[in-house]
Amino acid sequence: MLKADSRDPAAWPRLLLTLLAIALLWPGIQLSELDLGVLLPDSQNEMGRFVAQFWPPAHDEAFLQLLLKATLQTLAIATAGMALALLLAIPAGLLASRALSLSAASHGGVPSRLGCLLRWPVRGLLIFLRSVPEIVWALLFVRAVGLGPAAGVLAIAITYSGMLGKVYAEIFESTDQRPAHALLQAGSGRLAAFAYGTLPNVASELLSYTVYRWECAIRASVVMGFVGAGGLGQQIDLSIRMFAGGEVASILLCFLVLVLAADQLSRLLRWRLT
Amino acid sequence: MNRLINLLLIAGIALAVIASFVYLGLDLGELGSATSLRQMGAYVQRFLSPDLSADYLRAIFHGSLETLAMSALGTLLAAVFGIVLALPAAGRFGWPLQSASRLLLNALRAIPELVWAALMVLAAGLGPNAGTLALALHTTGVLGRLFAEALENTPPQPAEAIRLQGGNPLLAFCYGTLPNLAPQLLAYILYRWENNIRMASVLGFVGAGGLGQMLYVSLSLFQEAQASTVILAMLVLVFVVDWLSAWSRQRWVKA
Repeated sequence: MLKADSRDPAAWPRLLLTLLAIALLWPGIQLSELDLGVLLPDSQNEMGRFVAQFWPPAHDEAFLQLLLKATLQTLAIATAGMALALLLAIPAGLLASRALSLSAASHGGVPSRLGCLLRWPVRGLLIFLRSVPEIVWALLFVRAVGLGPAAGVLAIAITYSGMLGKVYAEIFESTDQRPAHALLQAGSGRLAAFAYGTLPNVASELLSYTVYRWECAIRASVVMGFVGAGGLGQQIDLSIRMFAGGEVASILLCFLVLVLAADQLSRLLRWRLT
Repeated sequence: MNRLINLLLIAGIALAVIASFVYLGLDLGELGSATSLRQMGAYVQRFLSPDLSADYLRAIFHGSLETLAMSALGTLLAAVFGIVLALPAAGRFGWPLQSASRLLLNALRAIPELVWAALMVLAAGLGPNAGTLALALHTTGVLGRLFAEALENTPPQPAEAIRLQGGNPLLAFCYGTLPNLAPQLLAYILYRWENNIRMASVLGFVGAGGLGQMLYVSLSLFQEAQASTVILAMLVLVFVVDWLSAWSRQRWVKA
């Protein structure tokens, strides 16, 4: 007969692991000055009053017009930024990818040392472009070209060209290499080999990734407004500074609607064009 | 017909691109002109000599630790709140609670971290506490949803067996459901922590502590040498985190 045993054999190791984790995190609590009390209602009158203003959201006509303008600006920043990013990302992706390597075509897919060496500067540039966060680029460009949407467009163009270029290069490499290699070995130019050997296989993947990135660019352009790069973010920042709770609420609602609409639009584009 | 619709869509996209350049009034010719390029070159040049004095490096180190602490505590809080909200969101306590908690999770997740940080700076004042809370709130939404999905997909049989043997629901959850679920939860938490380290380094732009605040302050004071050190520190932080996560994933997860 089995005997009922209420002892948990793994209790001690778990307890020790928990204690170790707490000991490691304890200095973190001091460093981050953690205080959950501020989240409780009316711990501070100022915050309570601010949140109470959220309902009803601001809806007078002048503000709605301002909101429409900011929304259009956000959309335009994302679209223009993506267009500029593509200008840089497509050539960089082609240069960085091993898919069009002549030496790889005749050596079973392994490019020569020299080819790898020559591709490294482009790869390094792409890594640099995408590893500085877009909001840091936006902050730098606000200092360089002034407040306004131009800084946002340039920041999106730079970060997203790094991401798109890298992903494009990888997509070119991940597909079947044989059509392009056959064309290259038959003496066609690299661009022709790309257009007729690689592109037909990867077009739908490229398109859906690009549309997805456009969606991300909309969210990013909202966030970049906080450092002064125009659009909805700048409007939220202003309203928060003026303690206008109703305005913050309606901008947030507008942001949610924008994100949902972009999601639907990108679904439609992917369904139609792929 | 299909081709016509696709052509119309492509024309629409081209039109949207042109319209957005016109709407923003961007003058790319002026941006690319010799004088503005020279100005930008001069601006870039001031970043080329980062401030590497020992005092400043110590400050940077402290800032990086603050960023790490913010992200770790924010993720931990989010994991706790996430599991608390995921239980009702997975339909364990009836549908009214399920839809309420789903709504709450979606709302938390839809607002970006930076907006939460700007709101929390109002509530908690300037400093890393605001950043920690902002990360915790947004990540709660993300993790809660992921946890709820994991809970729904986990096999119910072990917990049912314990219930049939007379164990109470809490025991059934702890010893029937959790052991199956734990590796997945841990993987989600680590993944979000990685994201949050990157996010924590820029939350400071709205005054929420860490490296971001140092960057914002030094750029506002036109101290480009210090600013470029902070940017380098951010890059190092991101690379180390990327490398660590790739290494640990290869070492521990693949097996």
